[in-house]
Amino acid sequence: MKTLASTTTSKKRLLGFFAVLVTVVAVVAIIGLLISMFGTFVVQGSGQLSWTFLTEAPRNNNTEGGIFPAIFGTTILVLLMTLLGVPVGTATAIYLSEYARQSAAFARAVRFAVNTLAGVPSIVFGLFGVGFFIQFVGGGIDNVTAGAVFGKPALLWASATLAVLTLPVVIVSVEEALRAVPRELREASLALGATKWQTITKVVLPNSVSGILTGSILAVGRGAGEVAAILFVGVVYSLERLPSSVTDQFMHLGYHLYVLSTQSPDVEKTLPLQYATTLVLLGLTFVLNFSAIYVRSRLRRI
Amino acid sequence: MAKEHPVKVRTSDFSVYYGQKQALFNIGIDIFDRKVTAFIGPSGCGKSTFLRSINRMNDLIDGTRCSGKLEVDGIDVYGKEVDVVTLRRSIGMVFQKSIPFPKSIYENITYGLTLTEKRSKDELDHIVETSLKRAALWEEVKDRLTHSAQGLSGGQQQRLCIARAVAVNPEILLMDEPCSALDPISTGKVEELITELKDTYTIVLVTHNMQQAARVSDYTGFFLMGKLIEFDRTRSIFTAPSKKETEDYITGRFG
Ligand SMILES: Nc1ncnc2c1ncn2[C@@H]1O[C@H](COP(=O)(O)OP(=O)(O)OP(=O)(O)O)[C@@H](O)[C@H]1O
Ligand SMILES: [Mg+2]
Repeated sequence: MKTLASTTTSKKRLLGFFAVLVTVVAVVAIIGLLISMFGTFVVQGSGQLSWTFLTEAPRNNNTEGGIFPAIFGTTILVLLMTLLGVPVGTATAIYLSEYARQSAAFARAVRFAVNTLAGVPSIVFGLFGVGFFIQFVGGGIDNVTAGAVFGKPALLWASATLAVLTLPVVIVSVEEALRAVPRELREASLALGATKWQTITKVVLPNSVSGILTGSILAVGRGAGEVAAILFVGVVYSLERLPSSVTDQFMHLGYHLYVLSTQSPDVEKTLPLQYATTLVLLGLTFVLNFSAIYVRSRLRRI
Repeated sequence: MAKEHPVKVRTSDFSVYYGQKQALFNIGIDIFDRKVTAFIGPSGCGKSTFLRSINRMNDLIDGTRCSGKLEVDGIDVYGKEVDVVTLRRSIGMVFQKSIPFPKSIYENITYGLTLTEKRSKDELDHIVETSLKRAALWEEVKDRLTHSAQGLSGGQQQRLCIARAVAVNPEILLMDEPCSALDPISTGKVEELITELKDTYTIVLVTHNMQQAARVSDYTGFFLMGKLIEFDRTRSIFTAPSKKETEDYITGRFG
């Protein structure tokens, strides 16, 4: 041991010390930032938080009352988005990881599309939602059914738009989970005479549940705070009553915040409301995240 | 080489390529029904490749090709009309790195059984018990069949994987270094098992353990750099090998 110790020069030790110092400073800075951010919202916003604030609709041009319709709208939006996006994302990930030859041109095209999608600004998704979901899909349905139900901004199209926006996150994390399933498990299943599909459904997917949930969590985190993408596809700044169908329009916490801070006749007056709304938006994201994390940890134990 | 037993697996001029790289060169061999055939040879000589060719496990690797003939019961395994899934069902495989499914012990055994048909609980119970008994594991796990198989020791897991393969009642059992991660006691149990199972199954065993090959096998094949150098009764191979390479290898003078 003596010889080992003597080979570590004091210079090296100093270098090691600085490396640790730098990382510690970075960590402390990040934690400090987080705390001060949440602190601001908690301190400034909690005064406004009350049961009425959480359960009532806004009044008097959004300057009084609560934000319940926005909480409701955001929750339903995010749930619907998950319901639409996760299955499609999972299916794509299954194709990429299980069926596609890694060298195949089509698989490379899909991968390229996914990566590109991840880098597209969210407002572009909003426009895409108008053009594709509302006009093409919704308008198409209306044409066929001779109605006027689907060809307009709605909760459904906003969810679908967000689902597309969050697809890359889902695909990447699910594919990662699928690839992490040991080759030995797949081979054991196939060697017992299972078909490829049986192997996927009985061995690969059950082993990737936590990855699929991680994908959902990330998608929820990304989707819940997204405003730009839903601007044109269904969100409104005030509502007579809560949406009762997926073809209704809805209120949204993030958009509400935007409205409060830019569109209000008296922005100063709405400042406490803004902080409180932010607090609720953060809280909601946490609740959605933690419930998914909870489910995941429960599944892991089995 | 007297052939007192029918041939189960027969290859002629059988070669395997991983992309550009040739891994097996013109293998010609007769593997006899209900005998234990051991394959020995230095690392990378193609033992696993050959074993995995028999149940077409190599199909899973992109860019693998083979040429020549490989027949099981006279049927060309790589023929167009062969259904790989059916083929694999009649050829069990035990891997070097045994991983039970992350399911219960019971479900591990019934996995292969429930793939094609629904079976009654009684029937499943019965097969689970007999398979575990065959794998000499029943006494150790009978009280915790519903527990996760991942709670078993390494040796128990390996025997569970054998039980899992035996449960679907295959005709051939391929074992790729089944004891390489086991302690001597577990190894002894698996070897005993192999000796018992050969009454029912044709067993092909890859091993790095020369004593093991000598103890449990009836026939031994020696591979070197993708070629089958020598194939004969185990006794002949170990007492009077006809090739110098074989002799060098088994006497440890190799390399
Ligand atoms: N998936 C693969 N892709 C490319 N080459 C491979 C692949 N698998 C095996 N090989 C090559 O084929 C040759 C034979 O490999 P194989 O695994 O059959 O050897 P082995 O005799 O089983 O060795 P070991 O005793 O180490 O298990 C080796 O040269 C190996 O590098
Ligand atoms: Mg091998």
